[in-house]
Amino acid sequence: MKAYQRKLDIRNGCVDLSHGSGGRAMAQLISGLFHEAFGNEWLARGNDQSAFDVGAGRMVMTTDGYVVSPLFFPGGNIGSLAVHGTVNDIAMAGARPLYLSASFIIEEGFRFADLKTIAESMGEAARKAGVHIITGDTKVVERGKADGLFISTAGVGVVPDGLDLSAENARVGDRVLISGTLGDHGVAIMSRRQNLAFETEIVSDSVSLNGLVANMVEAGGRSIRLMRDPTRGGLAAALNEIAQQSGLGFHLIEQAIPVKPGVAAACELLGLDPLHVANEGKLVAIVASEAAGAVLAAMRAHPLGREAADIGEAVADDHHFVQMATSFGGGRIVDWLSGEQLPRIC
Amino acid sequence: MKYADEFRDKEIALGLAKAIRNEANPNKPYRFMEFCGGHTHAISRYGLEDMLPKNVRMIHGPGCPVCVLPAGRIDMAIRLAERPDIILCVYGDLMRVPGSHGASLLKVKARGADIRMVYSTTDAIRIAADNPGREVVFFAIGFETTTPPTAVMIRLAEKKQIENFSVFCNHVLTPPAMQNILESPDIRNIGRVEIDGFVGPAHVSTIIGTAPYEFFAEEFGKPVVISGFEPLDMMQAILMLVRQVNEHRHEVENQYSRAVNRDGNLRAKEEVSDIFELRDQFEWRGLGQVPYSGLKLKRAYAKYDAEVRFDMDELHADDNPACECGAILRGVKKPVDCKLFGTVCTPETPMGSCMVSSEGACAAHWTYGRFRDHQQRRAS
Repeated sequence: MKAYQRKLDIRNGCVDLSHGSGGRAMAQLISGLFHEAFGNEWLARGNDQSAFDVGAGRMVMTTDGYVVSPLFFPGGNIGSLAVHGTVNDIAMAGARPLYLSASFIIEEGFRFADLKTIAESMGEAARKAGVHIITGDTKVVERGKADGLFISTAGVGVVPDGLDLSAENARVGDRVLISGTLGDHGVAIMSRRQNLAFETEIVSDSVSLNGLVANMVEAGGRSIRLMRDPTRGGLAAALNEIAQQSGLGFHLIEQAIPVKPGVAAACELLGLDPLHVANEGKLVAIVASEAAGAVLAAMRAHPLGREAADIGEAVADDHHFVQMATSFGGGRIVDWLSGEQLPRIC
Repeated sequence: MKYADEFRDKEIALGLAKAIRNEANPNKPYRFMEFCGGHTHAISRYGLEDMLPKNVRMIHGPGCPVCVLPAGRIDMAIRLAERPDIILCVYGDLMRVPGSHGASLLKVKARGADIRMVYSTTDAIRIAADNPGREVVFFAIGFETTTPPTAVMIRLAEKKQIENFSVFCNHVLTPPAMQNILESPDIRNIGRVEIDGFVGPAHVSTIIGTAPYEFFAEEFGKPVVISGFEPLDMMQAILMLVRQVNEHRHEVENQYSRAVNRDGNLRAKEEVSDIFELRDQFEWRGLGQVPYSGLKLKRAYAKYDAEVRFDMDELHADDNPACECGAILRGVKKPVDCKLFGTVCTPETPMGSCMVSSEGACAAHWTYGRFRDHQQRRAS
C-alpha cells in the first residue's frame, strides 16, 4: 500500500531541505511539479536518464547555466530563458534542437508557486521550440547559499547534412546580417533591478530562434558561414570573437544597426553602448555576399526576423578590428566590453 | 531619439566640418584642449577626429573624475571597506580603479568587503536607513557637477537624523586644474605643447556658470568656449575657437547656451559653499598636487566626514614611473608614445589615470580609435 502523502501546497508552500534529500518529498516535487510542467513520455518512465534514438548525421551538444536576477523580468523568466538560451546555442550550428536536460539548484524557502510558474514557462518554451526536456536534477541548498534559484540546461540537436558552421569559414567580402533590434534583453533586465528601476516599455527579446534558423538554412545552406547569438557582451563581443577566430576584421555601418528608441534612450541615460548590451532572441550571421540577399529575405519573411538588417562586411585586417562608420560621419572601433556591465544578465 | 538625434545630425556636422576647414589657416597649427572626459568620449565615440583638418588637433585634458583620483585615495577607501562595520557605497566605475600594488575595490569586494554599487546619492542614504547597525560611507567623487548632490544628501541625513552615514569626500574643482595644466612646475621636466584654446566643461558650467573662466582667459590669454557634450556641440565649439584664434581674441564664449549661463546655478553653489571648503591642495593622478583644487567638509559637518569620523590616514602611492599620463594630459605626448599603452596598460588592467575610465584619453583612444595608429603606421 502506498504511504499517505499530503499534496504539495503549491499556493502557500515553499521548498525546504527535504525536497533535495532524495526522499519522498523530492519524488513528490519532481512528479508533482516538474513532470506536470514538462509532460513527456521520457520523464514519465522515471529513470535516472533517458534513452533516445540517434539519427544519422552529426549531432551538436551544448550546456549553459542561468543565474539571472531578477528571476522574473518583462518578457520572460529564468525558466523560459533557460530553454531559449540552450535551444539557441544549438540552433547557431544550423542544427535542429531535439532534447534538453534541466538541473535546478533551489534555495530553501523558495515558493512552490514561483517554481511552478517557472517550470510551466520552461514547458511552454520547450513545446514552442519543438524540443523535449527529457532528464533533470533537483538540489536544494540552505537559505543564503543560492539566490532563489539557479538553472542549468544542456541540449542536443542534429545538424543537417553538409552544414558545418564555424568562424574559420568566414571570407573577406562576406556580409554581416542581424535578425533584429539590439539590447532589448539587457535593458529589460536593468529596468527591473532593485537599485536601478526605471520605467520602460521594453521587454526582453528572449525567444527560441530555431524556426528562424531553419528558414535561413533552407535559403542559404552552406553560404551561411556561421551564426552566433549575441548574448552577454552584445553584438560587439560576438563580432570581436568572430574576428579573432576567423583572422578577419569587420566594417559596420552604425546607421544600419536597428536599435529600439526606448533601448537607445535607456542606454544614453545609463552611459551604455547598445552594441554591448545582451540579447536573448537575436542572431548575427556571416553570409557569403552572393547569398546575403536571399538569406536576408528569408529572415525578414519569418516573424522573428522582420527587422533583420545587413549591417556591414568582413574585411582583411591583421589586427582583427571591428570598425564602424558612425552615423555622425566619423569612424571608430567597436571593442569588447571591458569590465562587467551588469552581472547576472542571463 | 528626440533631443539627442538633433545634436548628432550628419549633414549639419559636415557643414561645420567644411566651415572649420575653410576658416582654419592651413599653415598654422590649432591645438585645443577639451577639458572634460565627456568631450573626450564624444570625440572618440563619434569619430570627430576624422572630420577635422590635420592641423586642428584635440588634446585630451584631465577632466575625468575617476581617472584623476590618485591611487592613495583608493587605498584609503580600501582600508575603510575592509572594516567589518562599514558598508562602502560607490559608483560602479570606481570599482576597477587601481590602488597601489594592483589592489582595487572590486578585488576587496570579492574577498568579502561590503561594497555596494549605487547609481545615485540617494541610494546610499537609503542603504544607511535600512542598516542602522552599520556605518554607511558614500565614496563621493566628481567635479562641480556632482558636488551639489552630495551636499543635498548631507542635508537629508541631517534632516532625517540618519546617524550612521558619512561621506569620503574626493570632490575636485575644474578651474584650478586648467590653470595647473598651463603653469605647473612639472612643465619644466616634461616640456609643454602650446595650447591655443580650451573647450570648456558642459555640465560643470551648468553649476558654476561661465564667469569663473573669465579670469583664466584673461590671465593666460587663451580662448575658452563652453561646449555641450553632443558631437555637434563640439564641432561648433571648435569652429568658435578657430575663429577666436584667427581674430586674436581670448574670450569666454558659451556654445552650450541651452543649459549654461554666466552665473550658474546659484542655489547649488550656495549649498556647496555652506557645507564644503577648499583643501590647501589635493593630489590628482597624472598631475600631482594641485593647490586649492579639492573640497572637504567644513568642521560644522565633521560628523559626516568619513576622514574625521574614522580617523583616516592620508595615504600616498606613486604612479608607475614609466606611465606617461602627466605628459599625455598636457598634450606633450600621445597615448601611443607611452611604452605601457596597450601592452601592460589596457582598460582591463589600467596602470595610469588616462586608461582608468572610458572617458580617459588613453582608454578612449584604445577603445575607439586605435585603428588610426595602424593606419598612420602603414601610411608612413
